Amino acid sequence: MSVATQKKSTAPTSTGAGMRFVGGVSNYIDERTSISGAVKFLGRKIFPDHWSFMLGEIALYSFIAILLSGTFLTFFYDPSMVEVHYDGSYVPLKGIHMSAAYSSTLNLTFDIRGGLLMRQVHHWAALLFVASIGLHMLRVFFTGAFRKPREINWVIGFVLFILARAEGFTGYSLPDDLLSGNGLRIIDGMIKAVPGMGTWISYLLFGGEFPGNDVIPRLYVLHIMLLPALVIALIAIHMVLLIINKHTQFAGPGRTNDNVVGAPILPVFAAKAGGFFFLVFGIIMLIASLFTINPIWNYGPYDPSPVSAGTQPDWYIGFADGMLRLMPPGLEFVINGYTLSLNLLIPIVVLMLFIVIVMVYPFIEAWVTGDKREHHIAERPRNQPTRTAIGAAGVTFYAVLWAGAASDLIATHFRTTIEGVIHALQVMLIVAPIAAFWMAKKIALALQRKDRELVLHGYESSRIVRLPGGEYREIHTPLDEFEQWKLVSFDEYAPAQLRPDARGKISVGARMRASVSRFYFEDRIAPVVAKELESSKH
Amino acid sequence: MADKKSDVVTSAGSAVSRPDRLQNPGFEPEHKRVQDESPERARGAERGISLLFALSGILSAAAFTLNFVFPIVPGDLMSTRYNNMFVGLAIAAGLLCLGVGAVHWAKALMHGHDLVEERHGTRGDDATRARAVEIFQEANKESGWTRRRLLRNSLIGALVAIPIPAVALFRDLAPSNRPEDVLGFTKWEKGVRLTRDPNGVPIKASDVTIGSAFHVIPENIIGLEEGFLNEKAKAAVLVMRLPLDALNEAEDRKGWSYDGIVAYSKICTHVGCPVALYEQQTHHLLCPCHQSQFDVSNHCAVIFGPAARPLPQLPITIDAEGYLVAQSDFLEPVGPSYWERLR
Repeated sequence: MSVATQKKSTAPTSTGAGMRFVGGVSNYIDERTSISGAVKFLGRKIFPDHWSFMLGEIALYSFIAILLSGTFLTFFYDPSMVEVHYDGSYVPLKGIHMSAAYSSTLNLTFDIRGGLLMRQVHHWAALLFVASIGLHMLRVFFTGAFRKPREINWVIGFVLFILARAEGFTGYSLPDDLLSGNGLRIIDGMIKAVPGMGTWISYLLFGGEFPGNDVIPRLYVLHIMLLPALVIALIAIHMVLLIINKHTQFAGPGRTNDNVVGAPILPVFAAKAGGFFFLVFGIIMLIASLFTINPIWNYGPYDPSPVSAGTQPDWYIGFADGMLRLMPPGLEFVINGYTLSLNLLIPIVVLMLFIVIVMVYPFIEAWVTGDKREHHIAERPRNQPTRTAIGAAGVTFYAVLWAGAASDLIATHFRTTIEGVIHALQVMLIVAPIAAFWMAKKIALALQRKDRELVLHGYESSRIVRLPGGEYREIHTPLDEFEQWKLVSFDEYAPAQLRPDARGKISVGARMRASVSRFYFEDRIAPVVAKELESSKH
Repeated sequence: MADKKSDVVTSAGSAVSRPDRLQNPGFEPEHKRVQDESPERARGAERGISLLFALSGILSAAAFTLNFVFPIVPGDLMSTRYNNMFVGLAIAAGLLCLGVGAVHWAKALMHGHDLVEERHGTRGDDATRARAVEIFQEANKESGWTRRRLLRNSLIGALVAIPIPAVALFRDLAPSNRPEDVLGFTKWEKGVRLTRDPNGVPIKASDVTIGSAFHVIPENIIGLEEGFLNEKAKAAVLVMRLPLDALNEAEDRKGWSYDGIVAYSKICTHVGCPVALYEQQTHHLLCPCHQSQFDVSNHCAVIFGPAARPLPQLPITIDAEGYLVAQSDFLEPVGPSYWERLR
């Protein structure tokens, strides 16, 4: 294809031996891979800067820490439920019957150099991984960065969030300790509640009855092969789409919907991101060396009979556990001899609905606004009060469920009754999201009014002057045009008008869209326009 | 697909357009950093960053060495702890120095001004899209994908059928019997002694004083080579003695207890956690996982929490030597509900 490949080295004109070597190697690689095209395409790609854009990076870098520490752990962990007598360093468990999985976890904890450290790095990094994905999603949600053309990448990110939780749960179960065994028991109980298929799914998963001898090796295969392969593949697609769509940026002077302003990958972004990787890894390492997590040696091997009070799942499973706890009693029915456990089915369905709404939200909002344009400016949450309020309601719903998972600890810490805590949370599960919606919307609108006020009248300078007529007045310092621009450049929507279509009919869909659109955009604050700014000066 | 015309002008939906909106003022004037103005400060930053990188290298070497300063001594748990802490701290400090150095280099010394890159719409340009449509049309013509419908539909049918063998392959994830044939039964049967969990010592009725609670497993699973945990997960039982006047027994279950001693399944009817907490004053059992509460004086009826069914009762009596024994297996499946539970 290319005729020019016959030409000799394309190395820069520098004559040093080092440069000649680099030039030679580059030429060698390029003549076999045409990598110069990739460097040309990516090398000076621009990444905008904002602290909230680092949340996704934290997720990526903690995932790398997980891969590295996890690989180390596989060298010593034995995913087997064969029964052994423990004969390691930890005296309290000497001679106790346990699975090879638990025994090998104890051995790699106490007897392998760096074993405990790597276990703690792995667990802390996993917690950070899920947390940073969650915060990254909240950032994307509240700034509207999921809008066209990024809806597909939102869905991919969402699937990664689910996969991260699945990775977390499968990994949590592997040590086969008392706590994780009880976690599996709860999953088994939930699976069994699925009408028609549940009993069989559980039977096939556990290789017979709970707990059986098969579930740990099966979870291990999922945990170290199938799920990581999916996670890596989806991260790759997530990154490719990020490059194709280019990153969003916040509104600012010179920044438009048609440009990206920031640092190029080479050298500034690469240095910052590379450095940030070491910072994230360093902080994980710091936590892992100072703070114990999941001290499985305290729990003992799995046994279906004992359990301790105050058991807690890892934080990201808490909301599901809380949902189970908040169900009122008596929700089980026998229909035609078949048992229907609504006390478990309702939580399963509600949680599924909740996450499905999260997944499809970009499409809902696109339908409501009818806006088919591309959006590359990240919005300030206040400038979309209804979306922000919906997000606040969702976060509150999640938070109440999560608090539910700690109902017993709340009761013991605050010396109140468990019944009181559960009943209060049951009420809050309905009321608190509504209250959060209302409050967030009011606050967003108030902040928008404050922005208008600032643009029109400037800052209070705290300088009081007396006018010739005797009137006292505070002098306001006007904003400069750059500050102004940050406060006035946002998308504004009006409720959709209900109009008959070409055949003179108003369809049900149009009616629905109009009423949802009214719900979204009825209360709105318009950005300051030129004329207002002009008249405010007089 | 066949839409020839370009529709690059896309609908703005219900967005409000204001002709008199304020205009973008363009870029702010660049701010100079001190390092840009003063070569002295730039050299200072360079020295500081080099020092951080050097320190990082030293700390990594130190982390290696600390393994010998704080070795893991078999049997000494404190040695594991110190090894974890000091080696970890050295690695962490090495990583942090490297990270801080790199970020500081980028912020203080590298080109400090924002660069601008134009965006172009994500969609392919019209010529590319037209060519893509054309390729599909050519491929369609050359293969007969839409014209030879029988061929196409039979191919789709065959592809749908391909995964069917997997259904049979996955059947052997579990043993060949049906789950409902094993889930409903435990090792309890007539005459099996109630023994303490985990040491297997049989329990005399006289051992069970009022207010006490025993964690119990059947004698016949002790030492079981195969499936001990499976059997224990179903057969675990709690034995309590209540004052006779505190025990409200149904007519048909009058003979299931012995002198105020009752035995109930320990496996929660909600999702199967062990219902391990007994409140002897109120005779309530509490499940620590999801806080379901059961009233032992009323056949373990649910009085609070998400569980829907009472804990199943194990009929017990005593044998000739005064040891507690089961009268039979449970009369219903224990543990969490499942679809075929009552079939």
